[in-house]
Amino acid sequence: MRVTQGTFSFLPDLTDEQIGKQIEYCLEHDWAVGIEYTDDPHPRNTYWEMWGNPMFDLRDPKGVMMELEECRKANPDCYIRINAFDNARGVESVVLSFLTDRPEVEPTIEMTRTERNGRSVGYTHIVRR
Amino acid sequence: MVAQWGIRISCAAKSHSGAQQVAPSRPPARDGATAHSEKASALTDTTDQTQSQKIDLAEIFQSSGVKEVLEELDRELIGLKPVKDRIRETAAFLLVQKARVELGLSQETPTLHMSFTGNPGTGKTTVALKMAGLLHRLGYVRKGHLVSVTRDDLVGQYIGHTAPKTKEVLKKAMGGVLFIDEAYYLYRPENERDYGQEAIEILLQVMENNRDDLVVILAGYADRMETFFRSNPGFRSRIAHHIEFPDYTDEELLAIAEHIAEEQNYHLSPDAEAALSEYITLRRKQPHFANARSIRNAFDRARLRQASRVFSNAKGPVDAHTLSTIEAADIRASRVFRGGLDSDPKGMPTGSVKEDT
Ligand SMILES: Nc1ncnc2c1ncn2[C@@H]1O[C@H](COP(=O)(O)OP(=O)(O)O)[C@@H](O)[C@H]1O
Ligand SMILES: [Mg+2]
Repeated sequence: MRVTQGTFSFLPDLTDEQIGKQIEYCLEHDWAVGIEYTDDPHPRNTYWEMWGNPMFDLRDPKGVMMELEECRKANPDCYIRINAFDNARGVESVVLSFLTDRPEVEPTIEMTRTERNGRSVGYTHIVRR
Repeated sequence: MVAQWGIRISCAAKSHSGAQQVAPSRPPARDGATAHSEKASALTDTTDQTQSQKIDLAEIFQSSGVKEVLEELDRELIGLKPVKDRIRETAAFLLVQKARVELGLSQETPTLHMSFTGNPGTGKTTVALKMAGLLHRLGYVRKGHLVSVTRDDLVGQYIGHTAPKTKEVLKKAMGGVLFIDEAYYLYRPENERDYGQEAIEILLQVMENNRDDLVVILAGYADRMETFFRSNPGFRSRIAHHIEFPDYTDEELLAIAEHIAEEQNYHLSPDAEAALSEYITLRRKQPHFANARSIRNAFDRARLRQASRVFSNAKGPVDAHTLSTIEAADIRASRVFRGGLDSDPKGMPTGSVKEDT
């Protein structure tokens, strides 16, 4: 099952060239660019592993692409995403986040609805491999 | 056709081409290279067309801003004729190289890594900064910033510390110029476990594989650099441009002092100029003489003395002339005239303290 998440979830996977251009945009805006990876794409899993520290003092996307390449090598069967954090006062949050990599064989995410009192519905997601 | 080429160069200098800036996973033969080899094979078919294609070098020289940088170099740096000549030569070579690639006469990016050799304070760092701007305008580096480092920025303290440190620096330098001051300290043959070796290996690899991503300039004393190259032939073979920085003459140093003063809206009285001339002759014979840097430091100290003199002598309001004139007394108060160094701790007139690093 093709898992989608983040800013470009409606698009096909980005090529390296396209990823580089997004990073260029982030660096131009002085956003800190972080790389994160996980083997658990559960929608409630917000805590992915950080691949090193966020990068905020680079001039060129190549520096981030080098790290992404290292991350891919070390975690070939993981989801990898790029987050951009805007530290401007009043924003102070992640303003761009997109998947760059996904495992060859992706797990399935199953959703169960549970009817409860007063017609309310509970949703549970289970990641099945 | 001609104008279009010129525009493409300046665009490449202002931003960058997408194909070059990404795709680290691809093998060294990049999109650009493939396109060029296609062009080269097209050359055999449509020779007529290519031969009639013309490139206006003078136009590109103007529009890319290369001319501007060279003029700036001429204006802002006193002396350094051999260096300026070499840089002009290199700029011409790179400009022609670009044109040759455009016409399908050559395909590869020329090697751009350089070595700047000379004594301290001869302008190596200053020129490297200009070189970065030049390479950027010529379209050989995407961003044109300079990241200046020494051994301590690259080499770690324990096992496993060096590679991440070196990579951190390389990441910052991507798209620009990495300036390694006193590069020979990376190599410490007396200690076979020295972590510098690890940094050297990473650097050599990047200098070979990321030729489109960054340019490395190694700087330092000529003799030590020569020894370094002899023990690390990998570096020598990757460096195409060797530029030597001569020591400044006394006259040049005086002109530099005037230039520095002018930059900050000061001027030297005729007596101060004479005093500075003497100062330069004396200072040169003392330890830790660092050419233009010693002069800049001397000027900074003279400025302090001038301020304190003006402040304690002022009997009423002072005018701009008083505030900006350096007098002979401001220079002659230096310990250098009494056989010491200005940076010595009080009462220790021998040169034991390094003036500057
Ligand atoms: N030719 C020159 N004209 C004017 N100022 C110079 C010149 N060469 C060097 N300087 C000044 O001297 C100082 C030291 O120069 P720098 O480039 O750091 O030397 P290096 O890197 O060779 O030790 C800088 O403040 C620089 O501005
Ligand atoms: Mg220097």
